[in-house]
Amino acid sequence: MIPVRSMVLVSSDPLSMSRGAQAVYERFRQEVVRRGLSSEVAVHTISEVGRHQVAPLVIVYPEAAIYGPVSPEDVPRLVDEHLVAGRTVPALQAPRQALSGSTAWLNTRKGTLPAEQRIVLQRVGIVDPGSIDDYLQHEGYRALRQALTGMTPAEVAETVYKAGLQGRGGAGFPAGLKWRFVASARGEKKYVVCNADESEPGTFKDRVIMEGDPHSVLEGILIAAYAVGAREGYIYVRGEYPLAQQRLKTAIRQARARGYLGQNILGTDFSCDLQVHSGAGAYICGEETALLESLEGRRGEPRARPPYPTTSGLWGLPTLVNNVETLANVPAILRHGWEWYRQFGTPSSPGTKVYTILGNVNRTGAIEVPLGITLREVIAIYGGGMKDGKRFKLAQTGGSSGSIVPASLQDTPMDFDSYRKAGVSLGSGALLICNEETCVIDLGRVLLHFFRRESCGKCTPCRVGTARAWRLLTRLSRGQGTLADLDELRYIAEAMERLSNCGLGVSAAVPLTGILEHYRAEVEAHARLKVCPAGVCSMTSPG
Amino acid sequence: MERSLPQEQVLETVRYAVQAHGGERGELIPLLLEINRALGYIPTLAMAELSRLTRIPLSEIFSVATFYSMIATEPRGRHVIQFCESAPCHVSGGRAVWNALLDTLGIAPGETTPDGRWTLLTTSCIGVCDIAPVMMVDDDLHSRLTPGKVAEILERYE
Repeated sequence: MIPVRSMVLVSSDPLSMSRGAQAVYERFRQEVVRRGLSSEVAVHTISEVGRHQVAPLVIVYPEAAIYGPVSPEDVPRLVDEHLVAGRTVPALQAPRQALSGSTAWLNTRKGTLPAEQRIVLQRVGIVDPGSIDDYLQHEGYRALRQALTGMTPAEVAETVYKAGLQGRGGAGFPAGLKWRFVASARGEKKYVVCNADESEPGTFKDRVIMEGDPHSVLEGILIAAYAVGAREGYIYVRGEYPLAQQRLKTAIRQARARGYLGQNILGTDFSCDLQVHSGAGAYICGEETALLESLEGRRGEPRARPPYPTTSGLWGLPTLVNNVETLANVPAILRHGWEWYRQFGTPSSPGTKVYTILGNVNRTGAIEVPLGITLREVIAIYGGGMKDGKRFKLAQTGGSSGSIVPASLQDTPMDFDSYRKAGVSLGSGALLICNEETCVIDLGRVLLHFFRRESCGKCTPCRVGTARAWRLLTRLSRGQGTLADLDELRYIAEAMERLSNCGLGVSAAVPLTGILEHYRAEVEAHARLKVCPAGVCSMTSPG
Repeated sequence: MERSLPQEQVLETVRYAVQAHGGERGELIPLLLEINRALGYIPTLAMAELSRLTRIPLSEIFSVATFYSMIATEPRGRHVIQFCESAPCHVSGGRAVWNALLDTLGIAPGETTPDGRWTLLTTSCIGVCDIAPVMMVDDDLHSRLTPGKVAEILERYE
C-alpha cells in the first residue's frame, strides 16, 4: 500500500472559478495520472481561502507552498518540478504581499498532510461486503494467518502497543495496553467484546465499516482474541443498525465455513467463536460496563469501576472491550508493521481517524484522514465550504458528549493530545459544523434534552442534573432566565462532572461548560437583555 | 384504545421465541425483541408467560422491557413514526419539520391518533446524519426532510 505523500489543492471560490480554476484542477488530475502518481498525490479543491488578486491559488502540501495565479499551462511544470523532483518553484509562487490574511494559517501547516489515507476504509466501496472471496483477494485474513502461525500472543499485543493505536470510541486509551491488561488477567475464561453500539449522535463511522467491510471487523476481533487468550467473542451492534447486523452474521457464517472461525482456526490450536448481539435502543449501552450488563440480559445500567472489565467483565471474567474502528485498524498494523502505521498521524496520536462531517457544509459524509488535520481544512477541503456562504461559528466534535469547539480553535490539530491541551476533546469522530445562525442556548437545549432522555436514572447527579439544566436552558430560551441561572448551570455542570457514576453524566457537563465558557456574551444576552443574538429562541413563553 | 390480541397468538409467539432462543438469562433481550417484532408490543400476558418459561421474575422482565426504547409495553398505532431529535438533524432544519409533523398529526410525541393510524415517537440519532433531517416510518427511512414533504410522505401510508 503506497501512502499518499503530497496533496494539491486548487482554490474554488467564485473569483477563482471565474478565472479558470476548474481547468487548472482538471489539468492537475490529468498530469498526475499521466505520470502514474495517482496513488501518491491527492488532488482536491479548497474553498474559503479568501479572495486574492492572484487567484486561482494552488496549495501544495506537505510544504504548504502557495502558487498563484496558476494557469493550466503552468501545471506540467509544477508537477515536474514540485511533485516529481521535489523542488518548489519560486517563479510561480504567489507574492506574499498579494495574499490576504486569510491564508496566514497555512504557515503553521508546513509538514502536514491533510490528504485522505484509507486504512480502515480501504476496502469500503471496493469489495462486495457479502463475499469472503472478495475479502481474501484484498489481503483478507492474511494478518490473522500471520499472527496465528508466526507470532506469539504477546508479540501481537506488543506490535499493537508499539503502533500506538488508541481507542477510537472516543476516550483514546492505548489499545495495546488494554490488551496486555486482559492478557495478564487471571480467569478460567476470557471474552472479547466488540463495541458496535454506535449511538453518539452524528457518528456513523462504525456503520460504514461494518456495512462496507464486515470481515475486517471479524479479523480484528480474532487477532485480539488470540492476543489476550479469549475463545469467545461478541459483537454488540445497536438495534438501529439491522443491515450491519445482517452483514456481520453473513460474514461470520462464511468465515466459519472456511475455517477462519470456530475450532482449530487455520489448523492451529487456536479456537474462537463469535456472535452478533443486538442492542435494543439505549444510548447508555455504548458505555462499556452498561454494554456488558445488557449482554447479560439486564437493564443497561453502568457498573461501578473498579474493577474494570479487563479483570472483571462479562459474567465476571476478564473481558476486552474495543470499538469497531479500533479493531478494524489491527489487520493492517500486523500486515505492514507498527513502523509503517506510525508514519501516519502525529507522534502522540499515530494513525488515521474516520470522521463523519455533518451540519451546515456543502458536502456531508465520511472521510478517513491522518490524525492532526484541522477543522478549517476539514470544512474547506472535504466539506466543500460552508453552505450558502455563511460563517463558521462552532463545531461539536464527537456527538452529544463531545466538546463545543469555537471557531477560534479551528486551526488546532485534531489529535487526542492537542485537543486535550486546548481543553476540548475529539470524541468519536463526528464533526457537526454549525454556522452563525446556530444559537448556543438552543443547541444546548437539544443536547441536554438528549441526555435527560438517555440518562439511565441510576445516580442522582446525572438524573437530576440533566433535567434541571434542560429546564434552566429552556427558561433562558424563553426570556425568563436570570444571571443567577448561569451560576446554577455552572454548578450543575461541575456536580455532574465530578459526581456522576459513569461517563454519561460527565459527558452531559461537557457541552454545557463549553457554551458557558466560549459564548458567555451570547448566553448573557439571553439572561440580561432577553435577546437571542442568533434570532433562534422565541424569547416568549408559549401560551 | 386497546386492540387486544388473541390470547392464543400471544402465548404461541412467546413459546416459539423461547424454543428458538432458549431460556438463558443472556437471551432475555433477544427474546423481548423478537416478541415485540411479532406482536408490535409486549402485552402483560406475554411477560407472564415468558417469566413462567424462563423462571426470570416478572418484575425483572418488566424492568428490562421498559428500559429499552425499541421494546414497547403498550400497543401502538398501525404506523409508527420515529422522528430524530438529535443535534445534527436539529441544526440541519429538523425543527421546522418537527413543527410541521405536529401540526399535521395533531398529537403530542408519545401519543397515538384516535383512529389508531399513527403513533408519534421521537428517537435519538439513527446514524444517517449525512442526509439529515430524517425520520423513520415503520421500517422506511425518509431523509432530507422539509416541512413541505411531510404531508406527502404520510399520505403513502394507509
